[in-house]
Amino acid sequence: MLEHLLEAVPERYQVTIFNAEPRVNYDRIMLSPVLSGEKAFEEIVIHGDGWYIRHGIVLYKGHKIVSIDREAKTVTSDRGVTEPYDRLVIATGSVPFIIPVPGKDLPGVLSYRDLDDVSAMLLAAQSRDRAVVIGGGLLGLEAAAGLKERGMEVTVLHVMPTLMERQLDPAAGYLLQKAVEERGIAVRTKANTRAIVGDGRVEGIELDTGEVIPASLVVMAVGIRPNVWLAKEAGLEVNRGIVTDDRMQTSDPDIFALGECVEVGGHVYGLVAPLYEMARVLAAKLADREDRRFVHSDTPTKLKVTGIDLYSTGDFADGDDREEIVLRDASAGIYRRVVLQDNRIIGTVLFGETGDGAWFNDLKKKATDISEMRDTLIFGQAFQGSGSPDPLAAVAALADDAEICGCNGVCKGKIVSAIAEKGLTSLDEVRAHTKASASCGTCTGLVEQLMALTLGDNYNPAAAQPVCSCTDLGHDDVRRLIRAKRLKTIPAVMQELEWKTSCGCAKCRPALNYYLVCDWPDEYADDYQSRFINERVHANIQKDGTYSVVPRMWGGVTSAAELRAIADVVDKFEIPTVKVTGGQRIDMLGIRKEDLPSVWADLGKAGFVSGHAYAKGLRTVKTCVGADWCRFGTQDSTGLGIRIEKFMWGSWTPAKVKMAVSGCPRNCAEATCKDVGVVCVDSGYEIHFAGAAGLDIKGTEVLGLVRTEDEALEAIVALVQMYREQARYLDRIYKWANRVGLDEIRRQIMADPERRRAYFDRFVFSQQFAQVDPWSERVSGQDKHEFRPMAVADFQQAAE
Amino acid sequence: MIWFDIGTIDDVPRRGARCVATPQGRIGVFRTQDNRIFAMEDHCPHKGGPLSQGIVHGASVTCPLHNWVISLETGTALGADEGSVKTIPVKVEDGRISLALASTLLAAE
Repeated sequence: MLEHLLEAVPERYQVTIFNAEPRVNYDRIMLSPVLSGEKAFEEIVIHGDGWYIRHGIVLYKGHKIVSIDREAKTVTSDRGVTEPYDRLVIATGSVPFIIPVPGKDLPGVLSYRDLDDVSAMLLAAQSRDRAVVIGGGLLGLEAAAGLKERGMEVTVLHVMPTLMERQLDPAAGYLLQKAVEERGIAVRTKANTRAIVGDGRVEGIELDTGEVIPASLVVMAVGIRPNVWLAKEAGLEVNRGIVTDDRMQTSDPDIFALGECVEVGGHVYGLVAPLYEMARVLAAKLADREDRRFVHSDTPTKLKVTGIDLYSTGDFADGDDREEIVLRDASAGIYRRVVLQDNRIIGTVLFGETGDGAWFNDLKKKATDISEMRDTLIFGQAFQGSGSPDPLAAVAALADDAEICGCNGVCKGKIVSAIAEKGLTSLDEVRAHTKASASCGTCTGLVEQLMALTLGDNYNPAAAQPVCSCTDLGHDDVRRLIRAKRLKTIPAVMQELEWKTSCGCAKCRPALNYYLVCDWPDEYADDYQSRFINERVHANIQKDGTYSVVPRMWGGVTSAAELRAIADVVDKFEIPTVKVTGGQRIDMLGIRKEDLPSVWADLGKAGFVSGHAYAKGLRTVKTCVGADWCRFGTQDSTGLGIRIEKFMWGSWTPAKVKMAVSGCPRNCAEATCKDVGVVCVDSGYEIHFAGAAGLDIKGTEVLGLVRTEDEALEAIVALVQMYREQARYLDRIYKWANRVGLDEIRRQIMADPERRRAYFDRFVFSQQFAQVDPWSERVSGQDKHEFRPMAVADFQQAAE
Repeated sequence: MIWFDIGTIDDVPRRGARCVATPQGRIGVFRTQDNRIFAMEDHCPHKGGPLSQGIVHGASVTCPLHNWVISLETGTALGADEGSVKTIPVKVEDGRISLALASTLLAAE
């Protein structure tokens, strides 16, 4: 809600939050993946502390509000803090329902509501003992699956004859039970708990049949009820939940409520989508913006248990005026049922294969007349009309207002226009801007397909998972496994990590080649055919197939002899264009590929080596003239730049690395928009990093201030080595830094000398194998096949 | 059509390519991981990039200019891109590669 409000009217309110839990906010519906170990708590945090500070929000962690004084317009917390309010928003959520049986208060009996419950369950799971989950609904099954993952023997008790009976018909409930049992979880339906037994702590559960099931952990997940206690105390109108109108206003015009604690239009809600809609409605109200009102709608149910796919929405009870279409495929474990009324879908249950859920739900929402496609309706979208089984085509066929993300109510049109207008290229960015797939994540596949559809070739999977279509693994996993399994060739990586193609593709091969070069510098033999043409021929391919050549000019410093040699080469090879680059070098453009070795030979005689202007590696260190000439210069910036460049040239990195050294804070070398920059000051060297001046523009962050050149060099080299070891291929330093965190990098490089030295030493080790001039290698004959045609079919030979 | 001998299979790097200059323009000769040889005009249907300079993977090549992926078997662009490049018949006998070059062009000389 605050996000929407701050976006609309950032300055209007001074916000104070009281949170009964002692932490920042997190995505509660992702607790199940935390329990099963698929995610860490940090991954489900929605806003870190920094967000509150940035927006000037005061957050009282671990303060529970105990009273509201509506006359004085103040609230008071259990720790005695009283704050005044103009407008008050109650979002107290719900409390788990605890069945009133003997023994319900024994230690070892938990509910499944917040992170403390999850932590307690994880602790209990270490025993690898037996657990009983009471309740076979969404939460209960997710808890059971998580505990099983963590190594416990789990039994689910459910009071009704089939699981999830409110969301599934009996047939799907039966299939679900089978799928749950196949995972080694025992299921007991029609099971009534009479008591929880134990002496001092829980030892088991007694059913009303008298049977006792032993357990050292009991999780109650039988439902929730709105947490209305505070509102009731304050004298607000309360029914099942806190009663609000369709703009989330309670019976007190200055008090609003939203979330699971609310009753609006006679309904209370427990799934995330309507709750998010309440947030949008209330934000609009508080901002005095649009007249947005809360309208009731059914929310599809999805189970977040990996490997069990089910989807249900709407009304699926039998009735005289209703028809149904059912598809069963017992061997494939598929069940589909669509309930129709007047040729319109009113309910859908899908089990086993749920890809068409969004499509069915869209037809239902729009009350589309399906009589035309009735014969093939149950087979799903791929079988309608154009009938292509290509998933991209199916997504392309969806209407603009088709809902993609049910949790956050995001439709296709909004995602597509956000991608186009804001230039989004990664899944994380799309999540940040639209919230699509940012909650439960089950629509991630759809969102990625939309991105592929919208971005075409510009969709760069390096920024998302997985590496490419040859594998399901992401870059980080691949890097980790290369080290863990000590994989040292590309075929070994593809074999061990089960690549889906015989020899990879143009996306994964260069990435793997880099990862192996980085991790095993002395053992790995560079795979020439996995390098992009520029890195194969050590020049930059141009639009007409000719190449450009940039000799290295250390720190951007040159001489008459060097310039004369360049001029001679330009004349001799009739090079059409000579240009000064942004990195203080000279670029010769339009060189025929066949001429490259001779051009390099001549440049080499004048002492030039490759400038690596084509490399995912160290490009240039730009400098100003510094203390040698400049009246403002504080240090020898040119000398330091040359020293860094001579130390680091030839190293391969995940993406290009551009550096600069400025001799004073006037910063003529523009060091503060580089991957790594140094700004010299009287007291030493201020080291900067994570800048960008390309697709993205970003000023640098300060890594730290050091006193001597030696210290500056060590810190810079260590930083680059850390980046080399951790970044995803093609991610510049700023992207990597955003991911791992600036503070973490400062901590490792500036505050931990031992670690810094280790990074430095590993870089120095790898340089022994990397610092070879590729031009002189090729002048002496390496890869000579590359530079001449295999054959020339001239007329004479042909005539023979 | 005239079969024209261009050299041996070992002249072309595995998962790589070479080019052949002919009166009908440059031709890329490709060798896959599993030692199959393909040939096509060295001219991407998109912006004319030299396909022989691209990365060879499976039975396709990725153009070095804008990453179009072209099937070596059919010469058509794969994925969402549309276009095709002319393939040249190839035969490999006793490790020697020959290309079938258009006789009309040669005869005209």
